[in-house]
Amino acid sequence: MKRAAAELKVGQAAIVERIVGSDEISRRILEMGVTPGVEILCLGAAPLGDPLEFELRGYRLSLRKSEAQHIEVQLIEGSEDAPLG
Amino acid sequence: MPGSSTRTIRVALVGNPNTGKSTLFTALAGVRQRVGNYPGVTVEKKTGHMRHAGHSFELIDLPGTYSLAPRSPDEMVTVDVLLGRRGNVAPPDVVLSIVDASNLERNLYLVSQVLALGLPMVIALNMVDLARERQMEIDVAGLAERLGVPVVAVQANRRTGLKELQTALAAAASGGETSAAPVRENPFPASFQQHATELGAWLNERLPAPLPPFLVERLLLDGGGYLESELLDGLAQEGAERLRVARESLAAAGMPVPAVEAMARYDWIARTLQGVARRPSGHTRTTSDRIDAVLTHKVWGTLIFGLTMATLFTSIFVLAAPLMNVIDSAVGGLASLVEAGMAEGALQSLLVNGVIGGVGAVVVFLPQILILFMFIAVLEDCGYMARAAFLMDRLMAGVGLSGKSFIPLLSSFACAVPGIMATRVIENRRDRFATILIAPLMSCSARLPVYVILIGAFVPARYFLGGIVGLQGLVLLGMYAVGVVVAIGVAWGLKKSILRGETPPFVLELPTYKMPSLRTVGFRMAERGWSFLARAGTVIFAVTIVVWALSYYPRSEDRVAAELEARRAALAGHAAALAEFDSSENLAYLRASLHQRYSLLGRAGQWIEPAVRPLGWDWRIGCAVIASFPAREVVMGVLGVIYNLGSDVDVGAESDQHRLQAQLRAARWDDTGEPVYNLPVALSIMVFFALCAQCAATLAVIRRETNSWRWPTFTFAYMTILAYVGALVTYQVASRLLL
Repeated sequence: MKRAAAELKVGQAAIVERIVGSDEISRRILEMGVTPGVEILCLGAAPLGDPLEFELRGYRLSLRKSEAQHIEVQLIEGSEDAPLG
Repeated sequence: MPGSSTRTIRVALVGNPNTGKSTLFTALAGVRQRVGNYPGVTVEKKTGHMRHAGHSFELIDLPGTYSLAPRSPDEMVTVDVLLGRRGNVAPPDVVLSIVDASNLERNLYLVSQVLALGLPMVIALNMVDLARERQMEIDVAGLAERLGVPVVAVQANRRTGLKELQTALAAAASGGETSAAPVRENPFPASFQQHATELGAWLNERLPAPLPPFLVERLLLDGGGYLESELLDGLAQEGAERLRVARESLAAAGMPVPAVEAMARYDWIARTLQGVARRPSGHTRTTSDRIDAVLTHKVWGTLIFGLTMATLFTSIFVLAAPLMNVIDSAVGGLASLVEAGMAEGALQSLLVNGVIGGVGAVVVFLPQILILFMFIAVLEDCGYMARAAFLMDRLMAGVGLSGKSFIPLLSSFACAVPGIMATRVIENRRDRFATILIAPLMSCSARLPVYVILIGAFVPARYFLGGIVGLQGLVLLGMYAVGVVVAIGVAWGLKKSILRGETPPFVLELPTYKMPSLRTVGFRMAERGWSFLARAGTVIFAVTIVVWALSYYPRSEDRVAAELEARRAALAGHAAALAEFDSSENLAYLRASLHQRYSLLGRAGQWIEPAVRPLGWDWRIGCAVIASFPAREVVMGVLGVIYNLGSDVDVGAESDQHRLQAQLRAARWDDTGEPVYNLPVALSIMVFFALCAQCAATLAVIRRETNSWRWPTFTFAYMTILAYVGALVTYQVASRLLL
């Protein structure tokens, strides 16, 4: 199922399909390694609900919800059931 | 010695943030570093020297960056230095790329861009211990072979692998076998390269000097980037059109800009790492992850953050105070020594009040700077700094800033000088400037004595809610709130006007936690302290001398003598009063007070009285306010002189404080005989102090950090206007409501 990375729940993993837009934010997201085909895992959000924390390519990246909205992903079904630890 | 030469090998150090780049730089170049600015931009130029096996190296530390896609003149500096386009300086002989082994894929993105420049390169593979902990396997020799450049495993914080690194750098620079690299693979698809070549050919027919192929690619890739705005001006409509057509046909061929670059380079990285580096698949839970789970937790994370910030804040406040007192008394002691040992006169006054006072005014900031940067260095080195920005971002985004502005602004409540120096963590120029411009509005520790004395003297000590909430405390809190509320408004206004632009990306790496290194922390403190003394200290010192001159000259001994005589005559017949008048102490105070009144500064105070009258002030307050423009903490001393208490009023001492408060209550208008001070006047003065940029040190640091006089001038102007209007409104409203 297609969705934006901003809509992932804690513990859900997804495959990046596409980065929407060509502004500075999209460029930065791409440079940080969020490219089509890469797996990203939603680790959680800051106490006030924004920004979000993701894991990809073996490191951690924090994006605002509005930024994660630029990332179109395909959920890996059943990934939320897998234990985080 | 083979390869020994007298020529200095120039090495440029590049790398991502959080890779230990500054630690490696210090480990190689030692503490003797030269810091300057590149002209016209806010980028700091840091160079150092090292020697190894008969070779002499010059190290150039370039700003940490994730990518070589310049969006601003500041970001263009790195590209220009590497391409030898900055001034008449040739490209570096070798590029030293520092790479975080525990985050190899992402770090190789920048390496891939730097390789495209075609310079000899050596890679320093840092944090191999961390990579091992993350169960990553890296075949260093295999990686070097794939990349076609030497790779040296180092641990910058433990200073291991440095000798090998220096040997590799010397070999690469002298064109040894290692730099005979195979032709570097261009990661872009052939049809992209075709477009770039065509564009380059077209450009080079029209440009005065040929554009390096790397920059042609950048022009094609970076829509809205720095090069586009820089080059297309000269090429007008046709250039923009060609660029648009090229990008469109790339998009049509499945290579949309800017995604094509990331896709091509990360594909190249995947191919390069295949079989030479492996990270465990899936999510592995390390110690760092467990720490992070607590530190970013909704409840615990917030609580620990609050405690950390409270500790940081109170430390700058409380720990610095005794050190500042030591400096104050040392300066005071030296001053009285000189005063006693010299004949009275201009030279004595210059030495005591100008030179020694000026040095004191500079050095007194050091404790706060050193303590703040100790905290910042520890927080940065252990990886918590990024979490602080993560936790606070939502709050700061409301003002149009980001979480990275939080610590600089919090620190500014103690002192704006270290606070402004701490804004370097903010990469976005507009956010950084907005933070710098509002930092002086945070009520710093130098404003506190003004608040305390005026509140103590004029705000009634009433208590509510069974004595828990006091009116005096509320007014004090109100003064802090005035600064914050106005700062929010100013930040909002700046981001809508002169600092307007797209919302900059937050996109923040959350690095792995590690133990902070004492060396790194100690070095950062020393570096910041020295940088303040050398660059801002000179300006502060100069200002102090100028102000001394303004309050010393012209020396009208005759007028002072005449005035004293007139006052004595008025007391004729009152023996007791006359005796008190003639005490040497009283005469000295009176003389100082009169000299101040007849000095340029004193005259300015009287001259501006019509302007400050609507604020409820008399000329004495006006004079004290003008005198405190270079440093607001002097205001109580100036008021002390004006009200004949002597210049060494120690506002910390209870008795002096009460004496000054009594004097303020007793002050009368010359014409009506009404008391000068009442609650509205006190409030008006406090609001003025809360909003005004009365601090030469802050302005000097803004000049230093923005590399231009424009911004300190702007800060001074806007804050003075705000302070005047704020005090005016406060007085006019309060005097109608309260009197």
